[in-house]
Amino acid sequence: MTFRLAFLALALAGGAYSLQAQHRPAPKKTPTKADPALAASLTRGAVVYKNVCITCHQADGGGVPNMNPPLIKTQYVLGDKARLAHIVLAGLAEPIEIDGDEYKQHMPAQAYLTDQQVADVLTYVRNSFGNKASAVQVAEVKAVRATLPK
Amino acid sequence: MLSFSPRYLLAAPVLAGSLALLAGQSHVSVAPDPDNAGLKLPAGFGALKVAETGGKARHLAVTPQGVIYVKLNRVKDGKGILVLHSQPTGKATVTGGFGDYGGTGMYVKNGYLYASSDHAVYRYKLDAKGEVEAPGKGELLVRGLKMNNQHESKSIVLDNADNLYVNIGAYANACQEQDRTRGSKGIPNCPILDSAGGIWQFKANQVNQTYKTGTRYATGLRNVVGLDWNQQDNQLFVMQHGRDQLHDNWPALYTDQQSAQLPAECMYALKQGDNAGWPYLYYDPQQKKKILGPEYGGDGKKEATGNYIDPAAAYPAHMAPNGLLFYTGTMFPAKYRNGAFIAFHGSWNRAPEPQAGYYVVFQPFKDGKPSGQWEVFADNFAGSAAKVASGRADHRPCGLAQGPDGSLYVSDDSKGTIYRIVYNAKK
Repeated sequence: MTFRLAFLALALAGGAYSLQAQHRPAPKKTPTKADPALAASLTRGAVVYKNVCITCHQADGGGVPNMNPPLIKTQYVLGDKARLAHIVLAGLAEPIEIDGDEYKQHMPAQAYLTDQQVADVLTYVRNSFGNKASAVQVAEVKAVRATLPK
Repeated sequence: MLSFSPRYLLAAPVLAGSLALLAGQSHVSVAPDPDNAGLKLPAGFGALKVAETGGKARHLAVTPQGVIYVKLNRVKDGKGILVLHSQPTGKATVTGGFGDYGGTGMYVKNGYLYASSDHAVYRYKLDAKGEVEAPGKGELLVRGLKMNNQHESKSIVLDNADNLYVNIGAYANACQEQDRTRGSKGIPNCPILDSAGGIWQFKANQVNQTYKTGTRYATGLRNVVGLDWNQQDNQLFVMQHGRDQLHDNWPALYTDQQSAQLPAECMYALKQGDNAGWPYLYYDPQQKKKILGPEYGGDGKKEATGNYIDPAAAYPAHMAPNGLLFYTGTMFPAKYRNGAFIAFHGSWNRAPEPQAGYYVVFQPFKDGKPSGQWEVFADNFAGSAAKVASGRADHRPCGLAQGPDGSLYVSDDSKGTIYRIVYNAKK
């Protein structure tokens, strides 16, 4: 991102204004600073992460080789939010492969967490360890929980 | 007959070298790396990186002729066992490989190489040069062993009466109704113990054995990766990986700090029929007691009742002892003879507290029993103190083997480095 901006600045300085003008970026959103609800969710999510997730997924989100998968820039974390919420609520029994490495340890269901706690911790994980992705809403977690066998 | 002190050697390397030659100490031709392969060792010891295999190098074995066999956890380029041949300097080349299965176990005894996948044990005849005669034709000794995505390593060792001992790890943390789940109770008469959570004994020279023909030699062992046969008292010793997640699953009973320090990683001396008590108990190294597990009604203080053996020695929690070797060589000073080296793979279950381990420990023995305080023997596999604390170690010691000259070999299943530690070698 920084590199692209730097390139843009160089291009502007180089007199290529008319060319670049067509690609002028939209006004940049800075959600973490501008959105107090999101900031509060991240703060609460960090607490849930420390209490529930940190042992297996580690403080840096890097997981444990062969056992517990990393949470850094994987499609499991950055992709479909419903699938991600389902892993937290229902657990994950089968091994998964990420970047050629297999992770085998059983992820236990964390269904005792409230919808708010799940939304908070997933929002935190999707915006930590170098990740950048949209927040997870309570309604999205609630919808996934409704699909679980009771 | 190594009578020079290390300090004297350093002070007069030329003289010492020539004396060693006169004394016929052929091992001094092995050349430690200038930085001792990045390891921190006691005075007088040196180390070299024998080879970089690039595989997940689990256990390894060295034949009497010096051929090195390494078992890979996952097949690499179609090979699950690598063959290495050494130069006189100690540096080795991967000269071949065979066995299209991943696994952990690798052991040499009486002219055979023994290897395990995560559900079977094989053996291969060795010729007079220590080479496998027919790499494509391993004999399937044992098959159909349980494996279920955790504690799947089938570590192996032989006694002196043609018996083969195989670890079959429990595929659970503490036999809960829901594995590793907060508040989930333990299942009474844990059903896992029928086919796992113990050491099974088979014949070392019979093909096609199964659970039906084997014997459950010892039970109540959650997961053993390091094990060895003690020649002094003719007994099996094992290192158990203790249970995880006391705080995660029982936050009202255990703090993060307690969870990082409980339970001990235990060494057990086993006799047939012994029960070490998993999943019903864990060993608390501060209280020095067998404590009833919280899954079975424990509160961190109640002692377990039942006929369970005590550990022979206890080590800090969660450090994952993956290799055990009784040193019988003569290269190292006398205090090491018949003592135990233990490779601690390194912890993950101490988070958010700092991680620990990633080193090889020496445990002194006397008359076949642990005697005296253990000490760190080879340290800094991780690369730095910060990498130990974070668990992001460069290398993770896993397997141990003794070479014919008494060198200690160590495998690393993170990057696949093979180390060799020697004493009184010229630099």
